[in-house]
Amino acid sequence: MSTRLSIVVVEMDRERALLIVDSLREAGDYDIHVIGEVTGLARRITERNPDVVLIDVANPSRDMLEELALASGPLERPVAMFTDQSGAGLTKAAIEAGVSAYVVDGMRADRLKPVLDAAMARFHMFRQMRTELAATKRALEERKVIDRAKGLLMKARGLDEDAAYALLRKAAMDQNRKVAEVAEALVTAAGLLS
Amino acid sequence: MSGATLAVGFVPLVDAAPLIVAQEMGFASEEGIELDLQRAASWSQVRDMLVLGRVEAAHMLSPVPVAMALGLGGMATPLSAVSVLSVNGDVIGVSGAVAERMRAAGYRFDFADATAAGRALIAAARGRLRLGVPFPFSMHSELIYYWLSALGLPAPQEVDIRTVPPPLMARAIAADEIDAFCVGEPWGSIAVETGVGELLLPGNAIWAFAPEKVLAVRTDWAEDAPVLLGQLMRAVWRAGRWLGQPDSHTVASEILARSEYLDMPAEVIDRAMTGRLTISASGGERHVPGFVEFHRGAANFPWRSQAAWIARQLAARTGLDRDEAARLARQVFRTDLYRRMLRDTGAELPGASEKLEGAVETDIAVASVSGRLFLRRDRFFDGRIFDPSAPD
Repeated sequence: MSTRLSIVVVEMDRERALLIVDSLREAGDYDIHVIGEVTGLARRITERNPDVVLIDVANPSRDMLEELALASGPLERPVAMFTDQSGAGLTKAAIEAGVSAYVVDGMRADRLKPVLDAAMARFHMFRQMRTELAATKRALEERKVIDRAKGLLMKARGLDEDAAYALLRKAAMDQNRKVAEVAEALVTAAGLLS
Repeated sequence: MSGATLAVGFVPLVDAAPLIVAQEMGFASEEGIELDLQRAASWSQVRDMLVLGRVEAAHMLSPVPVAMALGLGGMATPLSAVSVLSVNGDVIGVSGAVAERMRAAGYRFDFADATAAGRALIAAARGRLRLGVPFPFSMHSELIYYWLSALGLPAPQEVDIRTVPPPLMARAIAADEIDAFCVGEPWGSIAVETGVGELLLPGNAIWAFAPEKVLAVRTDWAEDAPVLLGQLMRAVWRAGRWLGQPDSHTVASEILARSEYLDMPAEVIDRAMTGRLTISASGGERHVPGFVEFHRGAANFPWRSQAAWIARQLAARTGLDRDEAARLARQVFRTDLYRRMLRDTGAELPGASEKLEGAVETDIAVASVSGRLFLRRDRFFDGRIFDPSAPD
């Protein structure tokens, strides 16, 4: 029990890797190693011989790790993904958060839990950041379309900017649609008619 | 039951077509269901999605549910292969350097003769031959092991078989990590397009009728939701029938090319659909009839003898009891569900659940419920015949 848990984090993005390492450091005293290259992944991991491997669920290189589960025959699996089905709840939560962990057979759940909790919290944050980025992008796109629709209305109907927006908003409310959708339809129609 | 939505996982490959087409061409909605298709980046991801209940059904390598039943690999949830999605469709390719050596030794790339190709490849190896396959449990690995062992190269001892995810295969060749690969389309063609490799053989040159992907579900879900399962199976079977018509190829390639599915040029996808493959960057083309089969020859029937063949291969390699492995595997390929769910569709339902594998030289008629089932050529390249009732 006195030996430090050794953890390998597989993450190609340097910034992300550092953030994960930071949260693991906060969670406990671990021997952490980051692998940032896809090349020879299985070999690199075997060389380190870690207790836990953490990798993004959606990382295509994950399949390379499955090989490790076979490395020394089916009867003495050295590494398996959550070998222990008793940790099924934990497994499910981890996968939902986007982290997959490969764990040496026979590791006790109480040693693994803080590691996974830290990794899960970090992965949750990454997902939030991704969602926010997507939302911001979409908002920008929508603004652009609404601006173009306003411009079209101002020209075609001789309105000022506020009146053009009011007209778009009214149309949207009447049709129970979003302003951006009405604007989009207008821009598309104008493109076809011009 | 109308309006039910089923989450289905897939890996972006040409042979995910039956699932994508079932949704896009309306075969699912004909059955009163919608498919929520979820793309996965790896086979381990799609397996986890299925095991942990994120999806109800999945596009799966045929050996995966068998391996899980044998206790190989990480997860141990019982899965059922309820139908075969596709037969064949893999290619074997070599790096530019290996192709050069093979050519210098007088090998002519005929893209057909597995014996000649295998001997030339073994002769061209410098040291241990390094081969990339997409997953440890895959028809790709099984074909490679079978092929090289039959040619006298004891696998896995004398070859170095490595797992390389399909999108990284071309990069692995370019980085000289592997000498050759076996992969599903369009990734072989992508290696040719990027100029790093040449195609050596279609998978069906090794086994003419190899079950490649299956429609997999959790066994307990199959029992709990038989109505939904039936709707899904019928929709997917009709999609396969549609894909089996040559007229469908262009439309199918266009649908698969979309960004939410394969996100690749339709022209590259079309090569697998039509069996017209470009084998080298200099533009050599070969036509392979039946390169990938979605329907003909009762392609979708999950023969228990296929499961037994896969299990015995896996068991031999990992030191498990072969008879016991074959027994467990037979329960994974669900001929019973196939017969029950597809009874009224016009699907060909064979009289037997097992057959000799590798015994059909030219297409023959066999007994079936409707009496008009034709089995297609299913030879192994070395002429061996696998008899599931007397295997060794």
